[in-house]
Amino acid sequence: MTQVDTTPILDAEEEAHAKREKLIKLARWTLPSLVLFLTLASWQAYVTIAEVPHYVLPSPLLIAETLVKDWEILWPALIVTGRLTLIALILAVIGGVGLAVAFTQSKWIEMSLFPYAVVLQVTPVVAIAPLLQIYVDSAFVAALLCAWIVAFFPILSNTTIGLKSADHNLQDLFTIYGATGWQRLRYLTAPSALPFFLGGLKIAGGLALIGAVVAEFVIGRAGTGLGLASTLLEASYRFNFGRLYAALILISVMGVVVFALMSLISHLCLFRWHESALKRE
Amino acid sequence: MAIQRAPLGERDELLRMSHVEKTFRGDVVALKNMNLVVNQGDFISLLGPSGCGKSTALRLIAGLMRPTSGQINWQGGQGEGDLGVVFQEPTLMPWASVKHNVWLPYRMRGKSYSSVKDEVLHALKLVGLEKFQNAYPRELSGGMKMRVSIARAMVTKPRLILMDEPFAALDEITRHKLNNDLLALRERIGCTVIFVTHSVFESVFLSDRIVVMAARPGRVIRELDVTAPYPRDEAFRTSPEYAEHARLASDALHQAIEVAA
Ligand SMILES: Nc1ncnc2c1ncn2[C@@H]1O[C@H](COP(=O)(O)OP(=O)(O)O)[C@@H](O)[C@H]1O
Ligand SMILES: [Mg+2]
Repeated sequence: MTQVDTTPILDAEEEAHAKREKLIKLARWTLPSLVLFLTLASWQAYVTIAEVPHYVLPSPLLIAETLVKDWEILWPALIVTGRLTLIALILAVIGGVGLAVAFTQSKWIEMSLFPYAVVLQVTPVVAIAPLLQIYVDSAFVAALLCAWIVAFFPILSNTTIGLKSADHNLQDLFTIYGATGWQRLRYLTAPSALPFFLGGLKIAGGLALIGAVVAEFVIGRAGTGLGLASTLLEASYRFNFGRLYAALILISVMGVVVFALMSLISHLCLFRWHESALKRE
Repeated sequence: MAIQRAPLGERDELLRMSHVEKTFRGDVVALKNMNLVVNQGDFISLLGPSGCGKSTALRLIAGLMRPTSGQINWQGGQGEGDLGVVFQEPTLMPWASVKHNVWLPYRMRGKSYSSVKDEVLHALKLVGLEKFQNAYPRELSGGMKMRVSIARAMVTKPRLILMDEPFAALDEITRHKLNNDLLALRERIGCTVIFVTHSVFESVFLSDRIVVMAARPGRVIRELDVTAPYPRDEAFRTSPEYAEHARLASDALHQAIEVAA
């Protein structure tokens, strides 16, 4: 075997390169933080100097204050929205993957159902939600359906493509070794589909949250309980702009957390073998 | 420990293709009246220009498709694990470690890894990769991936190994090295091989029989015995005997290209 020399050779050029890398790493955090700070500071200054009333634009300090003061209202609301998002996402995974497997097992099922999956996807969910509210007795189920409809399509379409993307030579090899249908799915098609599925999951996580927010707006607290979006809506009726902004910020934070979680899951599943997780020197 | 092989002409028959024809979509004749006898211990090269049906012949033997007419008969019938295959690409599962890739043929027969661990590691040792058993394919070079692919093809000690231009995508140095190692491996385990190539030199170096094919329609036009004894090493590549066989094979190949044109 060839010997690989692993001792670093640090000449001047490499040192400069390393310095640059360090700087970039630092800038990745400090630059956005700086932008955030400057924005908040000028916002605060504008509101104070121009004496903007708080029901037109609350100051960042007021929002922060409200976040703390109203935490007893906001935290349960966050749990409600989070739960709806999570359940919808889980159901989207089950539904999307289940349908995708059915599609690849039978062309007939795919031909019969795929157009309707597309129709569901392209019809704006805001237009469907009121109907759901009318036809589905339980308002919670209606809200769930609403979030599910938005979230399941990327999982379905990505997983379907993934299941069909297994290498042809590997397919032949499995045939030669007399693999059963289950072995083929378990050891070949499913792992080939995994990166595609995870790509869909990342999109679906964000969409599930959007679906949940839409459901709260349209179906209201009757179905979902008082979630972040309903809290936001109520606050706007009462001109409580401090709380409105606090709820809005929490929704964004939740979106970021959901995305980070999905990215983490994806990384954990792929980092050992997939090209997308490969770090090039 | 070298394997004892009967001399050419005294070997037991393993597989026979008789009057095999394969037509695609009703009019593309990929193979016409192909006859081939494979004996135990043979190293046969299928040599021919591209499009002459070499891959088709292998796919028919592998049972991946049926001949339009004619027969392919295994001596004593074909059983589980009789075949190993190496494609032009390494065709490894990127999500599985090297050892789990080699485990695949056993796994499809319901054998747990621990029950065949010794065989898997032995196969990896034979191709010089036992240190890389836990590596993932993306961490390996092209040549190393091909070695894993070879280990997987031979781990179950199949009666026949089919190789479809396995080294065509590798650089010349790696290719020579793998040719040497493949022969050394054959001396150790005594496998029967059908090796598809369009390189005259590769076919002469490796095989004891060269089957030259022509295209449109794909058929066998010549069979040459390479009588040089094994083991063959680098010295064989520069010997007059090698040059003479290469000349014969090259002539046959040119004839194959001419009759097709
Ligand atoms: N699945 C297929 N469908 C239609 N034609 C095919 C198929 N496979 C091979 N052929 C045709 O059969 C001929 C022989 O192909 P192949 O066996 O791949 O040749 P080789 O491996 O010698 O290059 C070619 O003309 C090719 O186009
Ligand atoms: Mg070919």
